[in-house]
Amino acid sequence: MNTIFSAIMTYNFLSRALVVGLMISLCAALLGVVLVLKRYSMIGDGLSHISFGALAFAAVMGYAPLKVAIPVVAVAAVLLLRLGGKKIKGDSLIAIISAGALAIGITLISYSGSSADMNSYLIGSLYAVKSSDMTLAIVLCSVVLAVFVLMYNRIFATTFDEDFSKATGVKPGMYNTVIAVLTAVTVVIGMRLMGSLLISALIVFPALSSMRIFKSFFAVTLSSVVISVVSFITGFCLTIILDGIPTGACITLVNLLIFVLFSLVEQVRK
Amino acid sequence: MALITLENVTMSYEGVKVIDSLNLTVESGDYLCVVGENGSGKTTLLRGLLGLKKLDGGNICFSDGLKAEKIGYLPQQTEVQKDFPASVREVVRSGRIGTSPFKLFYSAEDKRIAEDAMEKLEIKDLAKKCYHDLSGGQQQRVLLARAICASEKLLILDEPVSGLDSNATDEMYDVIKRLNNDGMTVIMISHDIDKVIKNSKHILHLGQQKALFVGKTEDYKTIVKNGELQEKNS
Ligand SMILES: Nc1ncnc2c1ncn2[C@@H]1O[C@H](COP(=O)(O)OP(=O)(O)OP(=O)(O)O)[C@@H](O)[C@H]1O
Ligand SMILES: [Mg+2]
Repeated sequence: MNTIFSAIMTYNFLSRALVVGLMISLCAALLGVVLVLKRYSMIGDGLSHISFGALAFAAVMGYAPLKVAIPVVAVAAVLLLRLGGKKIKGDSLIAIISAGALAIGITLISYSGSSADMNSYLIGSLYAVKSSDMTLAIVLCSVVLAVFVLMYNRIFATTFDEDFSKATGVKPGMYNTVIAVLTAVTVVIGMRLMGSLLISALIVFPALSSMRIFKSFFAVTLSSVVISVVSFITGFCLTIILDGIPTGACITLVNLLIFVLFSLVEQVRK
Repeated sequence: MALITLENVTMSYEGVKVIDSLNLTVESGDYLCVVGENGSGKTTLLRGLLGLKKLDGGNICFSDGLKAEKIGYLPQQTEVQKDFPASVREVVRSGRIGTSPFKLFYSAEDKRIAEDAMEKLEIKDLAKKCYHDLSGGQQQRVLLARAICASEKLLILDEPVSGLDSNATDEMYDVIKRLNNDGMTVIMISHDIDKVIKNSKHILHLGQQKALFVGKTEDYKTIVKNGELQEKNS
């Protein structure tokens, strides 16, 4: 424990990664509850692939990565969340778009010949977190927290029954858009740490684990945040101890363990 | 006094007319039942009333200080995910969400209204239970309690008794009757003609696109008894 602590104090990039990770875990957990309950578990996955494609494009063209990725992913998120249910079923639409974006990204990076970037985008690492990410993560986290505190009741009402809340004058479209944009930013920032392949785990696992045990929306929301933060900190420490194993993988494994534990508890209770 | 006036309301899905130039007035304090075969457009009509579906023609006029949002709605099916974590209390309280445009938190009054609604529907002991662990009848009661929370004036209920056993059905009709006696206007879809005739004040019988009957329940009773209700355009 001491070594971890002193490592964080000594290396700037570690404290940066810690802050960004905590913020992103919190956001992902809150947004994840809504996304999972709207049956959009796969949206995080889809967005991370789109984000990969956008980052690859930015890298090849020499643009600032976030300036390209955030708008592109935000637009994709809004489209997926708002149009998803209509013509093509939501999840198949996500599958098509995300595979397409991944293929474009891989092609672009291979073409430009820098395979190192590809790895860091796909797997993620502590070293990839920039100080500009930290500012962005703090802003994002404040916004997400504010949205969830102020709009909690509306979010519940529209997630539980969109038609009813529409009939009583709430505009679900606006909430869906807000959730979509925030998810997009979370995915883009979180990708550096978690990797494009595993960022979606951060979104779906805490909510799914919480739903094993807790039966009210409030309890599930709270529990997701706790699970997410605990698994991030545990995973983060594991990466430092087991030098060489990527953070994303460690965090996801801790999340998986919690999910299995909660599922067992659920079985025992029955 | 007319609470809702429908003039030449026409509604369709992808060019296929479901409701064709329907005229209807609903008085304040009325208890209107909408009946008709599956697919005759009952749900569609109510969705039009609620502003959930656009009209293709005609218009709907609300009066008596009733805003379109001030309606308590009980949907035919709630497409809620099977394992959605939501306690009964959370669901009932969510009925209060539309009562003011910038409501962020539930006030003490909102909470009291929610508790009263649960009391009325005898689901108070279920308040902490998960909505999805309830029986169909209990779930309907929860949704009705939520609808009551949303409005003091008008309830729009889409088959509130579907899937209930005869006991629960009777209780549900009693609850709705009581609400109506207390001054609530009720518009309800039901397939149970006997119960409808016993409870409602007015009936709208929808056929293919056209209304086969609009009027007082007593008149409907005699028409049905004489077997005079016919599809006019078939
Ligand atoms: N979303 C939709 N898209 C296309 N057509 C629809 C849609 N919803 C309903 N319809 C069609 O409109 C007609 C009326 O449907 P509606 O749901 O209003 O019937 P209903 O009277 O409520 O029937 P039920 O008694 O089964 O509830 C039906 O023919 C149906 O096929
Ligand atoms: Mg119907």
